[in-house]
Amino acid sequence: MIILIGKTNINFIARRHIFFAISGLALALGAASVAVKGANLGLDFTGGTLLQVKFDKPITIAQVRQAVKSANIEAGIQTFTGRNAFALKVKGKQENVNETADKLLQGLKANTRGNTFSEEKRDYVGPVVGRDLSKKALFAIILSLFGIIIYVAFRFSNPVWGAAGVIALLHDVWVTFGAMSITNREVDLVVVAALLTIAGYSINDTIVIFDRMRENIKKFPKMLLGELVNVSVNETLSRTLITNATVLGVVLTLFIFGGDVINNFAFAMLVGSICGTYSTIAIATPLVYQWERRRK
Amino acid sequence: MNVLHWKLGLVLGLLILSIWLLYPTVEWYTKPAEERGKLEAIKMRPRRILNLGLDLRGGTHMLLELDVEKLDKKTNLADALVRAIEIIRNRIDQYGVGETPISRQGERWISVDLPGISNTEEAEDLIGRTALLEFRLVNTSPEAEKALARVAELNESPFAKGGALSPEIAKLMPKGALLFRAASEEDGARTKYYVLESTVPVTGAYLENARVETDSQFGTPNIAFTFNKEGGKIFESFTGDNVGKYLAIVLDDVVHSAPVIKSRIGGGSGVIEGSFTIETARNLAIVLRAGALPAPVKIIEKRVVGPDLGEDSIKKGLTASVIGFLAVVLFMVVYYKAGGFVANLAIGLNVILLIAAMSYFSATLTLPGIAGMILSLAMAIDANVLILERMREEMALSKPIPLIIPTAYDKAWSAILDSNVTTWIAAIFLFQFGSGPVKGFAVTLTIGLLCGMFTSVFVTRAVYEFWLTSNPKELSI
Repeated sequence: MIILIGKTNINFIARRHIFFAISGLALALGAASVAVKGANLGLDFTGGTLLQVKFDKPITIAQVRQAVKSANIEAGIQTFTGRNAFALKVKGKQENVNETADKLLQGLKANTRGNTFSEEKRDYVGPVVGRDLSKKALFAIILSLFGIIIYVAFRFSNPVWGAAGVIALLHDVWVTFGAMSITNREVDLVVVAALLTIAGYSINDTIVIFDRMRENIKKFPKMLLGELVNVSVNETLSRTLITNATVLGVVLTLFIFGGDVINNFAFAMLVGSICGTYSTIAIATPLVYQWERRRK
Repeated sequence: MNVLHWKLGLVLGLLILSIWLLYPTVEWYTKPAEERGKLEAIKMRPRRILNLGLDLRGGTHMLLELDVEKLDKKTNLADALVRAIEIIRNRIDQYGVGETPISRQGERWISVDLPGISNTEEAEDLIGRTALLEFRLVNTSPEAEKALARVAELNESPFAKGGALSPEIAKLMPKGALLFRAASEEDGARTKYYVLESTVPVTGAYLENARVETDSQFGTPNIAFTFNKEGGKIFESFTGDNVGKYLAIVLDDVVHSAPVIKSRIGGGSGVIEGSFTIETARNLAIVLRAGALPAPVKIIEKRVVGPDLGEDSIKKGLTASVIGFLAVVLFMVVYYKAGGFVANLAIGLNVILLIAAMSYFSATLTLPGIAGMILSLAMAIDANVLILERMREEMALSKPIPLIIPTAYDKAWSAILDSNVTTWIAAIFLFQFGSGPVKGFAVTLTIGLLCGMFTSVFVTRAVYEFWLTSNPKELSI
């Protein structure tokens, strides 16, 4: 039998203040970045136009920038390395569907003589749609969080546990969101799907440990809560790390080999799955302990 | 026959059923792209297969908004939306593209998907046209002449941006008359205007058919139309009462021609002359046949993914997923040996069941949908790991093998159930209240969770129980 993690006896509870400090720092960093730089929200939420073109012959970004400038439009330019492709993004309210994209195309045509290009992608999101998408996604997420709290409270006969699980989940989502802002990555609907995946994964991870705590409470009714939490986390440590290692492996391959289109998605999943593992051990269970102790 | 045989039979039966359900999907996607395109155009695409979302296969997604303010006050909004969807579907169908999902979204939005089409100018024109055909008499009173003379002196359009007539011209207009623009004849020519009566005796609602006809004299394309019986009667008596007057043919508030009524027109048919090209005439005939939209629609969202980009993202994503998946499979066998092999069987079956179920429901796979699949697979792997770790714990207590298996399953069960149900609760809310991509995520997640619970708990246990019948001495995990 290969055993990666043998029997451990780490006192997680005693180190909870260190964990809280680390998490606090990570959350604050994310918040600071969002406050200073702002979240790089995608067209899905801001509305606007995206035009992605691929040139047949090599072209520099300076030439593309010049072409966009000549169209009298302020657009963000993203290059796709090795593909000779550029994404031009114009965010903000735009009332008419093809107006901005057509202007950009004209500018490109006039300024890149001798080089032809094809349109790879074109997005237009009107102002109403952007608002609607964010509103609906947020509403759905908030409702599902309440659903989780209620179910966990019911199954573990304690609302504190559900709340702690949800706090750990929010922690993971927020840290991931902050990491997106720090690395200037754009948050679009696909990234929202990644954040949802992270939330689901984080709560799954937490519940497994809660389950062990529930079992141990019955087994050792006289055990102090701190010790109980430690025993439960240690007992499930092997499973926690193995499951998470396999998931991390998959996400890492997606991040490295998945290509440009899903790169942001894979990045979010990468950060989120690391956070998810950490928060289960370092946030969710210590929070339960902290909370219960204060009540006594 | 004992319980175990039933269990194994059920698993085997499900496997066969899944393969049978998967067959059309596999067959479809192994066909060359051109052949698929041809079959789609004649609507021979099999119904129960897994669809690829526009982000994966290329195509155009549009969201249209019905302009409620221009809707007839008497019509109910929901009815108008249903009618608009029907009409847009008719128009696109006649245009001859394959499967085009059109659905209502929210209160007054219509979502239109055009898979495989990335040059959408014509399609947009086709969809966006109101195609309201009206016949109105031309007002030839002296006041009308005066108003037109004043309009001709203006250096700008007499219509303000919102479409309202400028106050100066409005004062000059005769009572019960409206100003209309004429279709532009050639580039750069001054736009002509007409003053028409505000009453509309006949509309396109009575149209039975419309088709392109070539003018015998000039060879230019015209549109010939036929009224239905009722419309024919109204048209006949109306033209009979107004011989000698000018009749304007107005399409979407633009006058196409205004011939003089020479005599009573019987037979219920007529011709719209105008400066059409073959293409515009063809598209116009399509929209006239399909009927008028209850109110104009506006494109409020449009997403076009070129065919190469979609294919590229699939290839890369698929390769990466396969590498990751193989790594996990390999790890499980190395780490858990025979136990890992059983877990891999379950996970493999999980993938087959999941895709078969999605094919059966004709679900559409998008990037967020793949995210949902990854989460459900990760949770299935987790369930297997949970069970295997429990087995190891029980083994450490030196229990006999026939006792280890059921105890491990019993103890792992509550964690597996609770974590799956929690995620499932989230998925339900996301499905109910989310839109588009969020919904796609929820659908694959829900199906994936169900398949995962079944394969990692029920199937693996059946395999172990079968193995127990051989009275094994050692458990290799």
